[in-house]
Amino acid sequence: MSKGLPLGAVVEPGMSRAYPTGQWRLLRPMLSESACNGCGICDLYCPDAAIAVVEEGGGGGRTARIDYFYCKGCGICAVECPRKAIDMAPEPQGMGVGG
Amino acid sequence: MKPTRVMYGSHAVAEAVAACRPGVISAYPISPQTHIIERLAYLSANGQLDAEMVRAESEHSAFSTVLGASAVGVRAYTASASQGILLATEVFYTMAGMRFPVVMTVANRTVSTPISIQPDHQDSMAIRDAAVIQLYVESIEEAYATHVQAFRIAEHSEVMLPVMVCMDGWILTHGHEPVSAPTQEEVDGFLPPYSAPVRLDPDHPLSWGVYVDDDLNMEFRWATVQAMEKAGQVIDEVANEYAGRFGPFYGGVIDPYRADDAGIVLLAMGSVAGTMKDCVDGLRDRGENVGLIRIRSFRPFPWREIMAAATNARAFAVLDRSMSPGGQGQIAADLKGYLYGQRRVEIAGFIGGVGGRDISPSSVESMLRRTKEWLDNGEFPPGPIPLGLRTEVL
Repeated sequence: MSKGLPLGAVVEPGMSRAYPTGQWRLLRPMLSESACNGCGICDLYCPDAAIAVVEEGGGGGRTARIDYFYCKGCGICAVECPRKAIDMAPEPQGMGVGG
Repeated sequence: MKPTRVMYGSHAVAEAVAACRPGVISAYPISPQTHIIERLAYLSANGQLDAEMVRAESEHSAFSTVLGASAVGVRAYTASASQGILLATEVFYTMAGMRFPVVMTVANRTVSTPISIQPDHQDSMAIRDAAVIQLYVESIEEAYATHVQAFRIAEHSEVMLPVMVCMDGWILTHGHEPVSAPTQEEVDGFLPPYSAPVRLDPDHPLSWGVYVDDDLNMEFRWATVQAMEKAGQVIDEVANEYAGRFGPFYGGVIDPYRADDAGIVLLAMGSVAGTMKDCVDGLRDRGENVGLIRIRSFRPFPWREIMAAATNARAFAVLDRSMSPGGQGQIAADLKGYLYGQRRVEIAGFIGGVGGRDISPSSVESMLRRTKEWLDNGEFPPGPIPLGLRTEVL
Protein backbone atom coordinates (compact mmCIF):
# COMPACT_ATOMS: atom_id res chain seq x y z
CA MET A 1 0.00 0.00 0.00
CA SER A 2 1.07 3.58 -0.61
CA LYS A 3 3.09 5.29 2.12
CA GLY A 4 1.09 8.49 2.50
CA LEU A 5 -2.03 8.30 0.35
CA PRO A 6 -5.30 7.17 1.93
CA LEU A 7 -6.60 4.09 0.10
CA GLY A 8 -9.21 5.07 -2.47
CA ALA A 9 -8.98 8.77 -1.52
CA VAL A 10 -11.15 8.26 1.57
CA VAL A 11 -10.53 11.10 4.02
CA GLU A 12 -11.94 12.73 7.15
CA PRO A 13 -15.23 14.53 6.45
CA GLY A 14 -15.70 18.29 6.14
CA MET A 15 -12.63 18.84 3.96
CA SER A 16 -14.26 21.71 2.03
CA ARG A 17 -14.45 23.67 5.30
CA ALA A 18 -10.65 23.68 5.39
CA TYR A 19 -10.25 24.60 1.72
CA PRO A 20 -9.27 28.28 1.26
CA THR A 21 -11.27 29.22 -1.84
CA GLY A 22 -10.24 32.80 -1.06
CA GLN A 23 -7.05 31.91 -2.94
CA TRP A 24 -9.03 32.12 -6.18
CA ARG A 25 -9.92 35.80 -5.63
CA LEU A 26 -8.63 38.45 -8.05
CA LEU A 27 -10.87 41.30 -6.82
CA ARG A 28 -11.38 41.97 -3.12
CA PRO A 29 -14.73 43.31 -1.85
CA MET A 30 -14.05 46.33 0.37
CA LEU A 31 -16.87 47.24 2.74
CA SER A 32 -17.50 50.79 3.88
CA GLU A 33 -18.87 50.25 7.36
CA SER A 34 -20.17 53.81 7.53
CA ALA A 35 -22.31 53.22 4.42
CA CYS A 36 -23.51 49.72 5.45
CA ASN A 37 -26.78 49.58 7.41
CA GLY A 38 -26.69 45.80 7.87
CA CYS A 39 -29.69 45.09 5.62
CA GLY A 40 -28.25 41.63 4.72
CA ILE A 41 -29.00 41.67 0.98
CA CYS A 42 -25.32 40.92 0.26
CA ASP A 43 -25.54 37.93 2.63
CA LEU A 44 -28.58 36.59 0.76
CA TYR A 45 -26.92 36.96 -2.66
CA CYS A 46 -23.45 35.65 -1.76
CA PRO A 47 -23.13 32.25 -3.55
CA ASP A 48 -20.46 31.06 -1.10
CA ALA A 49 -22.10 32.10 2.16
CA ALA A 50 -18.98 34.19 2.74
CA ILE A 51 -20.83 37.20 4.21
CA ALA A 52 -22.55 37.33 7.55
CA VAL A 53 -24.42 40.23 9.15
CA VAL A 54 -23.20 40.77 12.68
CA GLU A 55 -24.08 42.98 15.64
CA GLU A 56 -21.77 45.95 15.78
CA GLY A 57 -20.62 47.32 19.10
CA GLY A 58 -23.21 47.51 21.90
CA GLY A 59 -25.68 49.90 20.28
CA GLY A 60 -27.74 47.35 18.39
CA GLY A 61 -26.31 48.39 15.01
CA ARG A 62 -25.68 45.74 12.38
CA THR A 63 -23.08 45.44 9.64
CA ALA A 64 -21.87 42.99 7.04
CA ARG A 65 -18.69 40.97 7.73
CA ILE A 66 -16.86 39.37 4.79
CA ASP A 67 -15.04 36.06 5.29
CA TYR A 68 -11.99 36.34 3.06
CA PHE A 69 -11.02 32.70 3.65
CA TYR A 70 -13.92 31.63 1.41
CA CYS A 71 -14.77 34.77 -0.66
CA LYS A 72 -13.89 34.13 -4.34
CA GLY A 73 -14.29 37.77 -5.31
CA CYS A 74 -17.22 37.34 -7.69
CA GLY A 75 -18.52 40.84 -6.95
CA ILE A 76 -22.21 40.01 -6.76
CA CYS A 77 -22.43 41.68 -3.33
CA ALA A 78 -21.01 44.92 -4.72
CA VAL A 79 -23.57 44.95 -7.55
CA GLU A 80 -26.53 44.13 -5.30
CA CYS A 81 -25.78 46.43 -2.35
CA PRO A 82 -28.54 49.12 -2.39
CA ARG A 83 -26.26 51.59 -0.59
CA LYS A 84 -23.17 50.98 -2.78
CA ALA A 85 -21.25 50.15 0.39
CA ILE A 86 -18.98 47.56 -1.29
CA ASP A 87 -16.23 48.34 -3.82
CA MET A 88 -14.21 45.71 -5.67
CA ALA A 89 -10.46 46.46 -5.47
CA PRO A 90 -7.64 44.50 -7.10
CA GLU A 91 -5.95 42.07 -4.75
CA PRO A 92 -2.64 43.64 -3.73
CA GLN A 93 -0.71 40.43 -4.56
CA GLY A 94 -2.66 39.56 -7.70
CA MET A 95 -4.62 36.76 -6.03
CA GLY A 96 -6.20 36.37 -2.64
CA VAL A 97 -4.39 34.41 0.01
CA GLY A 98 -7.39 33.36 2.05
CA GLY A 99 -8.14 34.34 5.61
CA MET B 1 -13.37 -32.04 -2.79
CA LYS B 2 -16.87 -32.68 -4.04
CA PRO B 3 -17.31 -35.63 -6.38
CA THR B 4 -16.67 -34.64 -9.99
CA ARG B 5 -19.93 -33.59 -11.67
CA VAL B 6 -20.90 -32.61 -15.21
CA MET B 7 -21.92 -28.99 -14.75
CA TYR B 8 -23.59 -26.33 -16.85
CA GLY B 9 -21.17 -23.38 -17.09
CA SER B 10 -23.46 -20.70 -15.66
CA HIS B 11 -24.51 -22.95 -12.78
CA ALA B 12 -20.89 -23.75 -11.97
CA VAL B 13 -20.11 -20.03 -11.72
CA ALA B 14 -23.21 -19.41 -9.57
CA GLU B 15 -22.26 -22.27 -7.23
CA ALA B 16 -18.68 -20.98 -6.96
CA VAL B 17 -19.88 -17.44 -6.18
CA ALA B 18 -22.38 -18.75 -3.60
CA ALA B 19 -19.57 -20.72 -1.93
CA CYS B 20 -17.70 -17.41 -1.51
CA ARG B 21 -20.61 -16.14 0.66
CA PRO B 22 -21.19 -12.69 -0.91
CA GLY B 23 -23.43 -10.36 1.08
CA VAL B 24 -24.85 -8.45 -1.88
CA ILE B 25 -25.49 -9.56 -5.47
CA SER B 26 -26.94 -7.17 -8.02
CA ALA B 27 -28.68 -8.36 -11.16
CA TYR B 28 -29.48 -7.01 -14.58
CA PRO B 29 -30.05 -9.51 -17.39
CA ILE B 30 -28.08 -9.70 -20.62
CA SER B 31 -27.11 -12.69 -22.75
CA PRO B 32 -25.03 -14.73 -22.30
CA GLN B 33 -24.66 -13.81 -18.62
CA THR B 34 -28.29 -14.08 -17.45
CA HIS B 35 -28.22 -17.72 -16.37
CA ILE B 36 -25.50 -17.01 -13.81
CA ILE B 37 -27.58 -14.41 -11.95
CA GLU B 38 -30.76 -16.46 -12.43
CA ARG B 39 -29.08 -19.40 -10.73
CA LEU B 40 -27.88 -17.21 -7.87
CA ALA B 41 -31.46 -15.92 -7.44
CA TYR B 42 -32.63 -19.54 -7.39
CA LEU B 43 -30.06 -20.48 -4.73
CA SER B 44 -31.06 -17.43 -2.69
CA ALA B 45 -34.79 -18.19 -2.97
CA ASN B 46 -34.15 -21.77 -1.86
CA GLY B 47 -32.26 -20.64 1.20
CA GLN B 48 -28.95 -22.04 -0.07
CA LEU B 49 -27.41 -18.56 -0.31
CA ASP B 50 -27.69 -15.84 2.32
CA ALA B 51 -27.19 -12.76 0.15
CA GLU B 52 -29.18 -9.63 -0.55
CA MET B 53 -30.31 -9.93 -4.19
CA VAL B 54 -30.80 -6.48 -5.73
CA ARG B 55 -32.56 -6.16 -9.06
CA ALA B 56 -31.30 -3.06 -10.86
CA GLU B 57 -32.82 -1.07 -13.73
CA SER B 58 -29.61 -1.03 -15.80
CA GLU B 59 -26.05 -2.29 -15.76
CA HIS B 60 -24.89 1.14 -14.65
CA SER B 61 -27.07 0.71 -11.57
CA ALA B 62 -26.15 -2.94 -11.09
CA PHE B 63 -22.42 -2.14 -10.94
CA SER B 64 -23.09 0.99 -8.83
CA THR B 65 -24.99 -1.23 -6.39
CA VAL B 66 -22.04 -3.55 -5.80
CA LEU B 67 -19.76 -0.52 -5.58
CA GLY B 68 -21.93 0.81 -2.76
CA ALA B 69 -22.15 -2.58 -1.08
CA SER B 70 -18.37 -2.87 -1.12
CA ALA B 71 -18.13 0.61 0.42
CA VAL B 72 -20.02 -0.56 3.52
CA GLY B 73 -17.60 -3.46 3.80
CA VAL B 74 -19.65 -6.25 2.23
CA ARG B 75 -18.34 -8.85 -0.24
CA ALA B 76 -20.23 -8.11 -3.46
CA TYR B 77 -20.68 -9.70 -6.87
CA THR B 78 -22.42 -9.10 -10.19
CA ALA B 79 -22.11 -10.18 -13.82
CA SER B 80 -22.71 -8.72 -17.25
CA ALA B 81 -21.61 -8.77 -20.88
CA SER B 82 -21.28 -6.74 -24.07
CA GLN B 83 -23.31 -3.48 -24.05
CA GLY B 84 -23.85 -3.91 -20.32
CA ILE B 85 -20.11 -3.66 -19.69
CA LEU B 86 -19.90 -0.59 -21.92
CA LEU B 87 -22.82 1.11 -20.15
CA ALA B 88 -21.10 0.60 -16.79
CA THR B 89 -17.71 1.88 -17.97
CA GLU B 90 -17.54 4.89 -15.67
CA VAL B 91 -18.46 2.73 -12.69
CA PHE B 92 -15.43 0.46 -13.30
CA TYR B 93 -13.08 3.45 -13.20
CA THR B 94 -14.77 4.76 -10.06
CA MET B 95 -14.80 1.35 -8.37
CA ALA B 96 -11.11 0.78 -9.11
CA GLY B 97 -10.13 4.29 -8.00
CA MET B 98 -12.04 3.83 -4.74
CA ARG B 99 -10.24 0.48 -4.40
CA PHE B 100 -13.30 -1.73 -3.96
CA PRO B 101 -12.56 -5.48 -4.27
CA VAL B 102 -15.74 -6.37 -6.17
CA VAL B 103 -15.68 -9.56 -8.26
CA MET B 104 -17.55 -9.56 -11.55
CA THR B 105 -18.09 -12.09 -14.28
CA VAL B 106 -17.91 -11.00 -17.89
CA ALA B 107 -19.62 -13.55 -20.14
CA ASN B 108 -17.60 -12.32 -23.10
CA ARG B 109 -19.74 -11.20 -26.02
CA THR B 110 -19.10 -8.87 -28.93
CA VAL B 111 -20.47 -5.31 -28.95
CA SER B 112 -22.72 -3.39 -31.34
CA THR B 113 -22.70 -2.45 -34.22
CA PRO B 114 -23.55 -4.83 -35.86
CA ILE B 115 -25.39 -6.36 -32.94
CA SER B 116 -24.66 -10.00 -32.14
CA ILE B 117 -24.74 -12.19 -29.07
CA GLN B 118 -21.71 -14.25 -30.14
CA PRO B 119 -18.44 -14.35 -28.18
CA ASP B 120 -15.30 -12.33 -28.56
CA HIS B 121 -13.28 -10.17 -26.14
CA GLN B 122 -14.29 -6.71 -27.34
CA ASP B 123 -16.45 -5.98 -24.27
CA SER B 124 -13.86 -6.61 -21.55
CA MET B 125 -11.14 -4.99 -23.71
CA ALA B 126 -13.14 -1.75 -23.54
CA ILE B 127 -12.35 -1.74 -19.79
CA ARG B 128 -8.64 -2.42 -20.35
CA ASP B 129 -7.42 0.85 -18.82
CA ALA B 130 -9.76 1.09 -15.80
CA ALA B 131 -7.40 -0.57 -13.26
CA VAL B 132 -9.67 -3.61 -13.09
CA ILE B 133 -7.83 -6.95 -12.91
CA GLN B 134 -8.84 -9.16 -15.86
CA LEU B 135 -8.55 -12.96 -15.66
CA TYR B 136 -9.54 -15.11 -18.66
CA VAL B 137 -10.43 -18.79 -18.26
CA GLU B 138 -10.29 -21.76 -20.60
CA SER B 139 -12.76 -24.22 -19.08
CA ILE B 140 -15.83 -24.37 -16.85
CA GLU B 141 -13.87 -25.96 -14.02
CA GLU B 142 -11.29 -23.19 -14.28
CA ALA B 143 -14.13 -20.64 -14.18
CA TYR B 144 -15.29 -22.23 -10.90
CA ALA B 145 -11.83 -22.08 -9.38
CA THR B 146 -11.03 -18.62 -10.68
CA HIS B 147 -14.10 -17.05 -9.05
CA VAL B 148 -13.01 -18.48 -5.69
CA GLN B 149 -9.47 -17.23 -6.32
CA ALA B 150 -10.71 -13.83 -7.54
CA PHE B 151 -12.09 -12.73 -4.16
CA ARG B 152 -8.77 -13.61 -2.49
CA ILE B 153 -6.87 -11.62 -5.11
CA ALA B 154 -9.21 -8.61 -5.02
CA GLU B 155 -9.30 -8.43 -1.22
CA HIS B 156 -5.52 -8.82 -0.70
CA SER B 157 -4.48 -5.80 1.40
CA GLU B 158 -1.82 -4.74 -1.12
CA VAL B 159 -4.09 -5.19 -4.14
CA MET B 160 -7.61 -3.93 -3.30
CA LEU B 161 -8.82 -3.72 -6.89
CA PRO B 162 -11.92 -5.11 -8.63
CA VAL B 163 -11.50 -8.37 -10.55
CA MET B 164 -13.26 -9.34 -13.78
CA VAL B 165 -13.41 -13.06 -14.46
CA CYS B 166 -13.81 -13.22 -18.23
CA MET B 167 -15.28 -16.38 -19.81
CA ASP B 168 -16.28 -16.83 -23.42
CA GLY B 169 -20.03 -16.47 -23.73
CA TRP B 170 -21.99 -19.58 -24.77
CA ILE B 171 -18.84 -21.67 -25.25
CA LEU B 172 -18.25 -21.69 -21.49
CA THR B 173 -21.40 -20.15 -19.97
CA HIS B 174 -23.73 -22.55 -21.79
CA GLY B 175 -21.53 -25.61 -22.19
CA HIS B 176 -21.41 -28.71 -19.99
CA GLU B 177 -18.10 -30.04 -18.66
CA PRO B 178 -16.88 -32.20 -15.80
CA VAL B 179 -16.12 -30.02 -12.77
CA SER B 180 -14.09 -30.90 -9.71
CA ALA B 181 -14.71 -28.32 -6.99
CA PRO B 182 -13.90 -27.78 -3.31
CA THR B 183 -16.56 -28.26 -0.64
CA GLN B 184 -18.10 -25.33 1.25
CA GLU B 185 -15.85 -26.05 4.24
CA GLU B 186 -12.79 -26.09 1.99
CA VAL B 187 -13.79 -22.77 0.38
CA ASP B 188 -14.37 -21.30 3.86
CA GLY B 189 -10.86 -22.37 4.84
CA PHE B 190 -9.40 -20.81 1.69
CA LEU B 191 -11.41 -17.58 1.69
CA PRO B 192 -11.94 -15.91 5.09
CA PRO B 193 -14.74 -13.32 5.52
CA TYR B 194 -13.96 -9.94 3.97
CA SER B 195 -12.68 -7.34 6.39
CA ALA B 196 -12.74 -3.88 4.80
CA PRO B 197 -9.93 -1.47 5.81
CA VAL B 198 -12.42 1.43 5.88
CA ARG B 199 -16.18 1.31 5.57
CA LEU B 200 -19.04 3.68 4.95
CA ASP B 201 -20.63 4.14 8.38
CA PRO B 202 -23.06 6.92 9.41
CA ASP B 203 -21.72 6.78 12.97
CA HIS B 204 -18.16 7.42 11.79
CA PRO B 205 -18.51 9.59 8.68
CA LEU B 206 -15.73 9.83 6.11
CA SER B 207 -15.55 11.63 2.76
CA TRP B 208 -15.52 9.24 -0.23
CA GLY B 209 -14.69 10.04 -3.82
CA VAL B 210 -13.18 13.39 -2.92
CA TYR B 211 -11.87 15.99 -5.33
CA VAL B 212 -8.13 15.76 -5.99
CA ASP B 213 -6.32 18.14 -8.32
CA ASP B 214 -2.91 18.25 -9.95
CA ASP B 215 -1.13 18.10 -6.59
CA LEU B 216 -2.00 14.40 -6.00
CA ASN B 217 -4.29 13.14 -8.78
CA MET B 218 -1.48 11.38 -10.64
CA GLU B 219 -0.26 9.77 -7.42
CA PHE B 220 -3.68 8.25 -6.70
CA ARG B 221 -3.75 6.83 -10.26
CA TRP B 222 -0.17 5.59 -9.90
CA ALA B 223 -1.13 3.75 -6.71
CA THR B 224 -3.31 1.53 -8.94
CA VAL B 225 -0.26 0.88 -11.16
CA GLN B 226 1.59 -0.32 -8.04
CA ALA B 227 -1.41 -2.41 -6.97
CA MET B 228 -1.51 -4.07 -10.42
CA GLU B 229 2.19 -4.86 -10.14
CA LYS B 230 1.54 -6.53 -6.78
CA ALA B 231 -1.52 -8.31 -8.18
CA GLY B 232 0.71 -10.24 -10.59
CA GLN B 233 2.47 -11.91 -7.64
CA VAL B 234 -0.77 -12.42 -5.73
CA ILE B 235 -2.50 -14.11 -8.70
CA ASP B 236 0.37 -16.65 -8.84
CA GLU B 237 0.41 -17.16 -5.05
CA VAL B 238 -3.35 -17.68 -4.84
CA ALA B 239 -3.39 -20.10 -7.81
CA ASN B 240 -0.57 -22.10 -6.19
CA GLU B 241 -2.32 -22.18 -2.82
CA TYR B 242 -5.55 -23.34 -4.49
CA ALA B 243 -3.62 -26.12 -6.22
CA GLY B 244 -1.84 -27.04 -2.98
CA ARG B 245 -5.11 -27.34 -1.06
CA PHE B 246 -7.44 -28.75 -3.71
CA GLY B 247 -5.28 -30.18 -6.51
CA PRO B 248 -6.24 -28.47 -9.76
CA PHE B 249 -3.81 -25.91 -11.19
CA TYR B 250 -4.80 -23.90 -14.26
CA GLY B 251 -1.78 -21.58 -14.34
CA GLY B 252 -1.06 -18.32 -12.53
CA VAL B 253 -0.80 -15.20 -14.66
CA ILE B 254 -0.01 -17.50 -17.60
CA ASP B 255 -0.64 -21.13 -18.52
CA PRO B 256 2.25 -22.34 -20.73
CA TYR B 257 1.84 -25.50 -22.79
CA ARG B 258 4.91 -27.13 -24.37
CA ALA B 259 6.34 -23.63 -24.75
CA ASP B 260 9.78 -23.87 -23.10
CA ASP B 261 11.66 -25.29 -26.11
CA ALA B 262 9.28 -23.99 -28.82
CA GLY B 263 10.63 -21.86 -31.67
CA ILE B 264 7.19 -20.47 -32.44
CA VAL B 265 4.86 -19.79 -29.52
CA LEU B 266 1.13 -19.21 -29.89
CA LEU B 267 -0.34 -16.64 -27.52
CA ALA B 268 -4.07 -16.49 -26.79
CA MET B 269 -6.72 -16.11 -24.08
CA GLY B 270 -9.87 -17.99 -23.18
CA SER B 271 -11.53 -21.14 -24.43
CA VAL B 272 -9.70 -21.18 -27.78
CA ALA B 273 -6.62 -22.40 -25.90
CA GLY B 274 -8.23 -25.86 -25.73
CA THR B 275 -8.25 -26.09 -29.52
CA MET B 276 -4.74 -24.71 -29.64
CA LYS B 277 -3.38 -27.27 -27.17
CA ASP B 278 -4.75 -30.06 -29.37
CA CYS B 279 -3.18 -28.40 -32.40
CA VAL B 280 0.18 -28.09 -30.63
CA ASP B 281 0.11 -31.84 -29.88
CA GLY B 282 -0.74 -32.68 -33.50
CA LEU B 283 1.91 -30.35 -34.89
CA ARG B 284 4.55 -31.66 -32.46
CA ASP B 285 3.75 -35.21 -33.68
CA ARG B 286 4.50 -33.95 -37.17
CA GLY B 287 7.84 -32.54 -36.02
CA GLU B 288 6.85 -28.87 -35.72
CA ASN B 289 8.59 -27.02 -32.89
CA VAL B 290 5.59 -25.12 -31.54
CA GLY B 291 4.05 -24.33 -28.17
CA LEU B 292 1.37 -22.21 -26.55
CA ILE B 293 1.18 -19.65 -23.78
CA ARG B 294 -2.34 -18.96 -22.61
CA ILE B 295 -2.62 -15.60 -20.90
CA ARG B 296 -4.79 -15.93 -17.77
CA SER B 297 -4.14 -12.40 -16.52
CA PHE B 298 -4.45 -9.74 -19.20
CA ARG B 299 -4.37 -7.00 -16.53
CA PRO B 300 -1.78 -7.04 -15.05
CA PHE B 301 -0.04 -8.00 -18.31
CA PRO B 302 2.39 -10.88 -17.60
CA TRP B 303 5.21 -9.95 -19.98
CA ARG B 304 8.03 -11.12 -17.68
CA GLU B 305 6.40 -14.51 -17.24
CA ILE B 306 5.80 -14.82 -21.00
CA MET B 307 9.49 -14.11 -21.68
CA ALA B 308 10.60 -16.59 -19.03
CA ALA B 309 8.31 -19.31 -20.39
CA ALA B 310 9.37 -18.82 -24.02
CA THR B 311 13.14 -18.68 -23.78
CA ASN B 312 13.67 -20.32 -27.17
CA ALA B 313 10.96 -18.44 -29.06
CA ARG B 314 12.00 -16.81 -32.32
CA ALA B 315 8.44 -15.66 -32.97
CA PHE B 316 5.11 -15.24 -31.22
CA ALA B 317 1.88 -15.84 -33.14
CA VAL B 318 -0.63 -13.79 -31.13
CA LEU B 319 -4.40 -14.17 -31.40
CA ASP B 320 -6.53 -11.22 -30.35
CA ARG B 321 -10.30 -11.86 -30.23
CA SER B 322 -10.85 -8.11 -30.30
CA MET B 323 -9.88 -5.16 -32.43
CA SER B 324 -8.65 -1.61 -32.03
CA PRO B 325 -9.45 -0.28 -35.49
CA GLY B 326 -6.62 1.98 -36.56
CA GLY B 327 -4.25 0.21 -34.15
CA GLN B 328 -2.91 -3.20 -33.16
CA GLY B 329 -4.78 -5.99 -31.45
CA GLN B 330 -4.64 -5.37 -27.71
CA ILE B 331 -2.49 -8.37 -26.72
CA ALA B 332 -0.13 -7.89 -29.65
CA ALA B 333 0.24 -4.19 -28.85
CA ASP B 334 1.14 -4.88 -25.21
CA LEU B 335 3.57 -7.65 -26.11
CA LYS B 336 5.34 -5.53 -28.73
CA GLY B 337 5.49 -2.63 -26.29
CA TYR B 338 7.02 -4.64 -23.47
CA LEU B 339 9.44 -6.68 -25.60
CA TYR B 340 10.94 -3.71 -27.45
CA GLY B 341 14.57 -3.46 -26.43
CA GLN B 342 14.36 -6.56 -24.22
CA ARG B 343 14.92 -9.36 -26.68
CA ARG B 344 14.70 -9.82 -30.45
CA VAL B 345 11.51 -11.82 -31.00
CA GLU B 346 9.24 -11.45 -34.00
CA ILE B 347 5.55 -10.91 -33.33
CA ALA B 348 2.70 -11.72 -35.70
CA GLY B 349 -0.46 -10.09 -34.39
CA PHE B 350 -3.51 -11.95 -35.68
CA ILE B 351 -7.14 -10.85 -35.20
CA GLY B 352 -9.62 -13.72 -35.22
CA GLY B 353 -12.64 -15.27 -33.59
CA VAL B 354 -14.44 -11.94 -33.80
CA GLY B 355 -18.23 -11.94 -33.48
CA GLY B 356 -18.12 -15.62 -32.60
CA ARG B 357 -16.36 -16.81 -35.76
CA ASP B 358 -15.07 -20.28 -35.07
CA ILE B 359 -11.33 -20.75 -34.69
CA SER B 360 -10.77 -24.23 -36.07
CA PRO B 361 -7.59 -26.32 -35.99
CA SER B 362 -6.97 -25.28 -39.60
CA SER B 363 -7.12 -21.58 -38.54
CA VAL B 364 -4.49 -22.29 -35.89
CA GLU B 365 -2.33 -24.17 -38.39
CA SER B 366 -2.57 -21.26 -40.82
CA MET B 367 -1.31 -18.92 -38.08
CA LEU B 368 1.74 -21.13 -37.69
CA ARG B 369 2.29 -21.68 -41.41
CA ARG B 370 2.25 -17.96 -42.13
CA THR B 371 4.45 -17.14 -39.12
CA LYS B 372 7.01 -19.69 -40.35
CA GLU B 373 6.96 -18.14 -43.82
CA TRP B 374 7.56 -14.67 -42.39
CA LEU B 375 10.39 -16.01 -40.25
CA ASP B 376 11.99 -17.58 -43.35
CA ASN B 377 11.57 -14.35 -45.35
CA GLY B 378 12.81 -12.27 -42.43
CA GLU B 379 9.89 -9.85 -42.74
CA PHE B 380 6.69 -9.61 -40.66
CA PRO B 381 3.56 -7.59 -41.47
CA PRO B 382 3.50 -4.65 -39.05
CA GLY B 383 -0.21 -4.27 -38.49
CA PRO B 384 -3.05 -6.49 -37.34
CA ILE B 385 -3.33 -9.62 -39.51
CA PRO B 386 -6.88 -10.88 -40.11
CA LEU B 387 -7.48 -14.58 -39.57
CA GLY B 388 -10.20 -16.14 -41.72
CA LEU B 389 -11.41 -12.80 -43.09
CA ARG B 390 -14.01 -13.14 -45.90
CA THR B 391 -12.19 -10.87 -48.33
CA GLU B 392 -14.65 -11.67 -51.13
CA VAL B 393 -17.23 -9.32 -49.58
CA LEU B 394 -14.86 -6.45 -48.79
